[in-house]
Amino acid sequence: MSYKAKFKVWRGEGGEGRLEDFTVEVNEGEVVLDIIHRLQATQAPDLAVRWNCKAGKCGSCSMEINGKPRLGCMTRMSTFSEDETITVTPMRTFPVIKDLVTDVSYNYQKAREVPSFTPPSGVRPGEYRMKQVDVERSQEFRKCIECFMCNNVCHVIRDHEENKTNFSGPRFLMRIAELDMHPYDVADRQEAAQQEHGLGYCNITKCCTEVCPEHIKITDNALIPMKERVVDRKYDPLVWLGNKIFRRGK
Amino acid sequence: MENTHNTERHEYDVVVIGAGGAGLRAAIEARQQGKRTAIVCKSLFGKAHTVMAEGGAAAAMGNVNPDDNWMVHFRDTMRGGKFLNNWRMAELHAKEAPDRVWELEAWGALFDRTKDGKISQRNFGGHEYPRLAHVGDRTGLELIRTLQQRVVALQQEDYETHGDYEAYIKVFAECTVTRLLKDGDAISGAFGYWRETGNFVLFDAPAVVLATGGIGKSYVVTSNSWEYTGDGHALALLAGANLINMEFIQFHPTGMVWPPSVRGILVTESVRGDGGVLRNSEGRRFMFDYIPDVFKDKYATTEEEGDRWYTDQANNRRPPELLPRDEVARAINAEVKAGRGSPQGGVFLDVSTRLPAEEIKKRLPSMHHQFKELADVDITAEPMQVGPTCHYIMGGVEVDADTGAAAVPGLFAAGEVSGGMHGSNRLGGNSLSDLLVFGRRAGAGAAEYIDSLASRPKVLPEQVEFAREEALAPLGRSGENPYEVHHELQRTMNDLVGIIRKAEEVSEALEVVEKLKERVRLVGAAGSRIYNPGWHLAIDLRNMVLVSECVARAALMREESRGGHTRDDFPGMDPEWRRKLLVCSTEDGSSVKVRVRVQPPMRDDLITLFDRDELKKYLTDEEMAEFDGIAKKS
Repeated sequence: MSYKAKFKVWRGEGGEGRLEDFTVEVNEGEVVLDIIHRLQATQAPDLAVRWNCKAGKCGSCSMEINGKPRLGCMTRMSTFSEDETITVTPMRTFPVIKDLVTDVSYNYQKAREVPSFTPPSGVRPGEYRMKQVDVERSQEFRKCIECFMCNNVCHVIRDHEENKTNFSGPRFLMRIAELDMHPYDVADRQEAAQQEHGLGYCNITKCCTEVCPEHIKITDNALIPMKERVVDRKYDPLVWLGNKIFRRGK
Repeated sequence: MENTHNTERHEYDVVVIGAGGAGLRAAIEARQQGKRTAIVCKSLFGKAHTVMAEGGAAAAMGNVNPDDNWMVHFRDTMRGGKFLNNWRMAELHAKEAPDRVWELEAWGALFDRTKDGKISQRNFGGHEYPRLAHVGDRTGLELIRTLQQRVVALQQEDYETHGDYEAYIKVFAECTVTRLLKDGDAISGAFGYWRETGNFVLFDAPAVVLATGGIGKSYVVTSNSWEYTGDGHALALLAGANLINMEFIQFHPTGMVWPPSVRGILVTESVRGDGGVLRNSEGRRFMFDYIPDVFKDKYATTEEEGDRWYTDQANNRRPPELLPRDEVARAINAEVKAGRGSPQGGVFLDVSTRLPAEEIKKRLPSMHHQFKELADVDITAEPMQVGPTCHYIMGGVEVDADTGAAAVPGLFAAGEVSGGMHGSNRLGGNSLSDLLVFGRRAGAGAAEYIDSLASRPKVLPEQVEFAREEALAPLGRSGENPYEVHHELQRTMNDLVGIIRKAEEVSEALEVVEKLKERVRLVGAAGSRIYNPGWHLAIDLRNMVLVSECVARAALMREESRGGHTRDDFPGMDPEWRRKLLVCSTEDGSSVKVRVRVQPPMRDDLITLFDRDELKKYLTDEEMAEFDGIAKKS
């Protein structure tokens, strides 16, 4: 049942590092995060890794396993052959703090730049009435566990540090879509999505959807509909005329 | 903000330790009352253990059954806790939970809906009516995200007003507090380190709210994350506060049992609330054999009646799978011991034969996902294997019900780290609502306390120096690996102070804990101060050992079985013990003393909410005589 696996794990801090080789015991039913923990307990007590729930619910243990963004706790060892060398590296888009731990503050900064839920004035707590069908789309986006793997994999920023200022990444473009589709949100979000959060950078390659551990259809259900809403607004001659005459949205 | 010792120094009004539901709700309240607030948490913002809560938040809104109200909820809570609860907390909780849930909706939460567009409510163990506001089976995530986004909303307001997002509320993420500081009797601040750099940080603050959650990491089989090392419990003890009810630990009846690496991970009670049943290896729905006398008239005695209840609750009693958690956990334990367990040492939890596959995926999406991904089990086609897992500690910091204030001036606690609300056993769904109700009250309590202060307590340099040296010590030693000491503590608590206890075993555990204390003093951590988990664990061990001693000492003293404390050698519930609270404290910072304190009797208008026949099962003859006097008057 148990065997020795070959691992290469990124070790290093302060911008420098290398892949270190390990041979480590693997037992039936284990996941990659178990193996990282075994390395900590037996060979490398100061090996840094983030984790919390170990059940795919908190989104802490994002890492790249054989080059693919994955949650360590949801990647079963049985998906690899016993003679395969497994390479574990930190998320590439964010600066490495140490070993597998990266500085994800970019995401928290972007979260802050999205204006919060804005209900109409005059609706008191307890008075909200919404149909299930009307909340389901936003509920899908609220399944997000903020593992930030969609932002990590997105080519707009993965190899283009310079785009980080103008692009909020799939996670927060989806947050904007979530609020835009919330039955009670009254804020105007469409223009900002394009102008301030870089929705236009997205060319719908769906990499974000592919890596989402919650299987949220980020591209199809959030980003594309958001793009359509922006376009409808921009090229609708009546809206254009209305904006000119009534200075709507200003 | 550096001082001479290279320790960052920050001044705040309120420091909240912990960023789960209770911590965030407390911080939001303190900030809304105009206090400068720091939130200090060991993980990233938004990752706290609250995300693991699945079932929902219990609040008697009456959206599904209009007969529900705070009095019914109060009764259920007291019953669930076997009448040992702090009744004032149970009262406030039942009364305020609906407002706290509605408030979340106004902050952007999207709960599942009823047909008429209100917040939907689901059935859960021990709750008489459908009462849990929920979002599928990921309610905890919704709660944490909503509170997180509320904090961000407040920061955006502050940015508008002051040009600085962090002017009034700042999150110190991946930062661990190791000591509370005091000026005389009163809190003056907190000391900790950044996990990322290992650098020290000092908070100069007159009020501290503990919201650190539980102690599960002292057990091997647990649903709790690494953060649950009893930090708040230990910080409170070391600062001179009391812990109560530490013998009461909830073993959730349904944790995963296979594969070994996920043993203990939670399987939500909603599986049973939505129709799932428990069976042993003989295919028998064994819970019908385990309905205790105190609950005999409230639960179905035949499978037919139990099954009818899901569609007609007015005319049928609920199935015994929905008994309070302590009862179900003990029953599963007994079935496995009797040799009627599943192949991997649990019992079968089956929803596949009870609901259509599509319905299961809709109602229990994250359970479906969890079993598929982690165990290769399709819960729409086959049963799960489940067994008890250490889930929640009812015990914690003794607080004033209305303000969350502990015995130490300036110290407050809310959520799992506080004690009293749940008595000897917590009902599912009462945790999320507890966080909201008492998180808010602790934040308000801290704000009020600050307003009443004549002068600000001072941080004393010698305490800071002591805390620095204490934290650094493991790095300078070449002693034992902290992981080994941790593992032995977990095994000891699991085997000797677990779900079923006896005097000899608990005494043996206390001897082991005594030896472990010595070993903790000698553990060494290799490596640098930068993101060093071995060092962090070495520091956390102090807390785990101290809290484990509280659990074991109280468990040895309480010679009865009640809720989350089952004594093999004292199997019955004893009315004399009902009013007794066991209070833990420490004088020297390493050994624990336990005293008995008598709980004040329930207020007249609350006790008369119960039937005489029910009270008789819990109260002493003397208390019954008093009750009869009260009942006659009213």
